[in-house]
Amino acid sequence: MTLSLFFLLFIVTLCVAPLIGSSKISLARAFSDSINISSNPDAIILFQVRFPRILLGALAGAALSVAGAIFQALLRNDLAAPFTLGVSSGAALGAVIAIALNLHIYMLGIPVVPLFAFLGSLGAIILVFSLVRTRHGEFPTGVLLLAGVTANFFFAAMVMFIHYLADFSQSFVIIRWLMGGLDITDYKTVLSIAPVVLVGIFSLLFISRDMNLISTGVHSASSRGVNVARIQKIGFIIASLITGTVVATCGPIGFVGLIVPHTVRLFVGPDLRILIPTCMLFGASFLVACDTLARTILAPTEIPVGVITAILGGPFFVWLLKRKRQV
Amino acid sequence: MTPALMKLENISFAYETLPVLKDISLSTREQDFIGLIGPNGSGKSTLLKIMGAILKPDSGSIQFKESSLPKINKKLFAQSVSWIPQDHPMVFPFKVSEIVLMGRHPYLSPLSFESEEDFEISQRAMETTMTSQFADRYFNEISGGEKQRVMIASALAQDPEMMLLDEPTAALDLKYQIQILSILKNLNARHKMTLVMAMHDLNLASSFCNRLILLDEGQIVRDGTPEQVLKKDILEQVYGIEVDLGSHDGSIRVHPVISR
Repeated sequence: MTLSLFFLLFIVTLCVAPLIGSSKISLARAFSDSINISSNPDAIILFQVRFPRILLGALAGAALSVAGAIFQALLRNDLAAPFTLGVSSGAALGAVIAIALNLHIYMLGIPVVPLFAFLGSLGAIILVFSLVRTRHGEFPTGVLLLAGVTANFFFAAMVMFIHYLADFSQSFVIIRWLMGGLDITDYKTVLSIAPVVLVGIFSLLFISRDMNLISTGVHSASSRGVNVARIQKIGFIIASLITGTVVATCGPIGFVGLIVPHTVRLFVGPDLRILIPTCMLFGASFLVACDTLARTILAPTEIPVGVITAILGGPFFVWLLKRKRQV
Repeated sequence: MTPALMKLENISFAYETLPVLKDISLSTREQDFIGLIGPNGSGKSTLLKIMGAILKPDSGSIQFKESSLPKINKKLFAQSVSWIPQDHPMVFPFKVSEIVLMGRHPYLSPLSFESEEDFEISQRAMETTMTSQFADRYFNEISGGEKQRVMIASALAQDPEMMLLDEPTAALDLKYQIQILSILKNLNARHKMTLVMAMHDLNLASSFCNRLILLDEGQIVRDGTPEQVLKKDILEQVYGIEVDLGSHDGSIRVHPVISR
């Protein structure tokens, strides 16, 4: 029931968002057969510019929100987010290294900056998890959070160091990357991240009931037959992987992974079997809506979408904390 | 004598290097109501976690019915043995009914939702523990005694033959302590449930349990009926205080001697 409302919201957002933008377009002309596509600016704006950007926004929003829900459940901490374990700062370090080395090239058809960003996020995950893993193969939550926060600070310091040494134009590119944005995109990018995100989310659904139990306590989960260490590992790796994939393309878009799971949980409860699909739909709608704002609010100038999500996210989060303390 | 349900042989366990359990051997029989007693840090909780396959012993063997423990499928084992922790911190707003339904996990395959039968079993478990009336409330909003009953309901929904309970009456007032123990006594008598319960209150343990195991520094000091275990010299040695023994309604009472 609630799920279908969220689905409706998703569909409406995907239909309305392409119609809004800094230049007015006519749908009739965009879909007209009589005008050649290359000489039809309405069609080019709609199909080549807005559609891929909206699809990317939807994928990124879905991935970050679902990853947030997973991290919160597995770490049993509602302040956890996709970036808690150092995924985004690892990605940022990778990207900044590529930018500082002037690697604005393609390697095997893949642009190098996102490739480095992805490797950076992967490196951060491997580092944090290998540091935390105990001899029994467990990942103690408290230590994991601390290691993640430490990794975040360490990578952030490295990023600052490289940024400090960079020249003026590199510095601009670095800052823009760190703000996060959906502006430079095409169908190829969308098609390259869609399978990772969708397969990732679907696999998470498979272990969602196990993760529900873990979210109530690792020992009681174990006593109900959940292989805790294995499920934690799978959950963390998939959530980090979809986060890394999105961050590599869009930069670290903050707060989505924190706000969306909290908001959705208020409506559908903490059962991940329902929370995951709902987070996917609402996260997609939320980021597309934020990006539509980012495109239009100061038109023709565009604001990075990360700025919008953080400006909305900050006050929301304060409200949430206050509200929680009253309950 | 009824056959052994679970048999532990020479179990040792250390968390890091500090040994917690040393060479523990015991076997539980069907319909035992065992009180695991002993001072703080004597290894009661750890022993329960090892019996519940939550921790793996460093050495020794565990046999459950015909299978040996590390080899048995985790979900299959959870269909026979359930474990209830001492406290229940809950980060997320799960409802009481959802917590009870989680007991059905070992019977469900991935991606599936609970069937009509699972709902019925959970419903019955809630009736047995008198928790049906707050099925729709949030777990975090009910009292400590109610939480403990809900956790017993959830463990019952696992439909086990044996339940392991870690101090089920800790932090509860007298009324709730008796209520919880009466529910357990009823499960033991009517449903032939084997119970192993860590416990600090020696008097309640002596009234409700038919067998006591006294642990001290990771070793079994005594294992037998309350009359065999609750001896003045043994208790004074293990707890390091002076005690007087009495009796009430046919069960032993332990009174610490308090110097004024």
